[in-house]
Amino acid sequence: MVSKIFMLIILKEDLPMTLNKNNNLYAFSILVKKEIADHIRSWKFIILLAIILLTCIASLYTALQALKNTAPVPNDPDAAFFFLKIFTTSDGTMPSFHLFVGFLGPLLGICLGFDAVNSEFNGRMLGRILSQPIHRDYFLNAKFIGALTVIGVLFTSLILLTIGAATLLVGFPPTFMECNRLFLFTLLTIVYVAFWLNLSILFSVRFRHTATSALVAIAIWLFFTVFYPIIINIVAKAVQPNPYASDAEIMQYQHFMLTLMRFAPSQLYSDGTNMLLMPSIRSLGPLHMEQLQGAIPSPLPIWESIKVAWSQMVALIACTIVCFAASYYFFMRKEIRC
Amino acid sequence: MEGDKMDNPIIRVRQLTKMYGDFTAVDQLDLDIATGEIFGLLGPNGAGKSTTILMLLGLSEPTSGEIEVCGTDPVRSPIAVKRLVGYLPDNIGFYESWSALENLILTAQLNGVSYTEAKGRSLSLLEKVGLQDVAEKKVGKFSRGMRQRLGLADSLIKEPKVLILDEPTLGLDPMGVKDFTSLILRLSREEKLTVILSSHQLYQVQQICDRVGLFIKGKLVADGPIQGLASRLFQDKPRHIQLKVHQTDTQRTHRILEEMQNMKSIEQKDDLFLIDADEIIVHHVAKKLVEHDIHIIQLQQRTYGIEDIYAHYFEGGSTDDAK
Repeated sequence: MVSKIFMLIILKEDLPMTLNKNNNLYAFSILVKKEIADHIRSWKFIILLAIILLTCIASLYTALQALKNTAPVPNDPDAAFFFLKIFTTSDGTMPSFHLFVGFLGPLLGICLGFDAVNSEFNGRMLGRILSQPIHRDYFLNAKFIGALTVIGVLFTSLILLTIGAATLLVGFPPTFMECNRLFLFTLLTIVYVAFWLNLSILFSVRFRHTATSALVAIAIWLFFTVFYPIIINIVAKAVQPNPYASDAEIMQYQHFMLTLMRFAPSQLYSDGTNMLLMPSIRSLGPLHMEQLQGAIPSPLPIWESIKVAWSQMVALIACTIVCFAASYYFFMRKEIRC
Repeated sequence: MEGDKMDNPIIRVRQLTKMYGDFTAVDQLDLDIATGEIFGLLGPNGAGKSTTILMLLGLSEPTSGEIEVCGTDPVRSPIAVKRLVGYLPDNIGFYESWSALENLILTAQLNGVSYTEAKGRSLSLLEKVGLQDVAEKKVGKFSRGMRQRLGLADSLIKEPKVLILDEPTLGLDPMGVKDFTSLILRLSREEKLTVILSSHQLYQVQQICDRVGLFIKGKLVADGPIQGLASRLFQDKPRHIQLKVHQTDTQRTHRILEEMQNMKSIEQKDDLFLIDADEIIVHHVAKKLVEHDIHIIQLQQRTYGIEDIYAHYFEGGSTDDAK
């Protein structure tokens, strides 16, 4: 019923006349609204939304409990960043918020994208929509923008609600620094989910059956979350230097393993979030003792933190864009006839 | 072809070719369609009818050739064409969980119509196609006939100049077909629409089309009004006459027929004669037989209809005959 009312609001809301004159933009906004309405009304989204909400609320709750009961360690440089700690702390019973998002986010992205194009193709809606006076790419762009809006609104409101609840609980507001970091964390999360969204949209353009595209997307997700670490372990055993190897060799080995791990999108995401949410982290790789000598254990400024994980974030954004470009290319060349 | 005589066609196709890999779906097609006429694209499955339609709409890119719809090239500016052309695909899909009204409003809005006007247009069109009582019902619960009517409303909502219907009566029961074709006829006359109708069903085409074009293997082998088409296609063919007389008269009849001129062949099966002749000679035969006081039970000249045209080409009849 709620979705029905929402639908009515979405459909009824007339755009201002200035947009009406700009026919193309108006038609595009109609398509985006249709996408958003479709997602909100679909059962798969509602169920997944419930799962994500419940797990995230649970992990945030345990984090708040843990933070309330343990006094900060005197030398902890992150102690000043209470609001960041909510998203990374856990009392051991539940994984922390950013781990949960790293795990469930892909599933949400896949759920929003796997049947984007092929279900409309099979249901013959594609031909009907494309025979209206709109540009062909509007269809695909609207699919992407619609799902992205849903993801964006979902995570922004989730994070804002958490901050609000935490503010009420502890009695002081987040600092400007924390807000900046949380804002970037939200953006990074959206980009991460958007990557999986685009990957599944790509499959939905390439594969005719929704089941195929869903299974392929989930297989890739499973591969990176379950099997890739196993493979990495095997490789690690094989190339492990002996215990008496030189420091340089051990460093080289560590770097090699990290590079391998970073082929997984979830690793890129967790590198990025770690940097953003734990300002005291100085490097994502191994450091020499002499590099640490004389370092003051203080948090890094936000720009320095971004620099540390810069390549990871760019890689994630690049993956997202490559996936979208590929689906755009294939969609524009797709024959409409069945 | 007749199309070349047209002064100001609304649709003009020249040397249109579409290849899918090695397969030629449409082969050097020339076609003209006049404003306000109902044109039937006739042909078996896979003859290139749908492909031609998709190219007319700019939804598919031709390999070579020129198209002009309402003075616009759909390859260069598909949007201008799609604004003027309503299209009903052969198997139309609607958003099943949306109501009929919502589906129509979406289409209208994609055509740049504001919500209020879209709703007004949708309601009046739903009434025209007889779906006003189920406007709020979800399309998922619609029957095939209702979907097809909704599809027609959907293609008319942009107030097009040209309406393209791809297999509009496929899967409808005979009454449904009759209702639907008369609806198309009425709407096209009321709105002065040019209608292109593709089909492989013979009778609906015969009933409502002003002109038909016959597609075989991507080629337009013949076009023109159905009646003229038959006589032109079969002008060189022998005329078949079927004659049945009373059993006692068979001997005499045979003798009389053999005496007559212009007979190509006479076949006799008991009291049934099958005559092939170069010209129409039914009245000669009848006159002769009556003069000899022969008891005629049945005398019939075979006329050529759309079915014969169909059979002629589908049964591997040489396509060169028509040219």
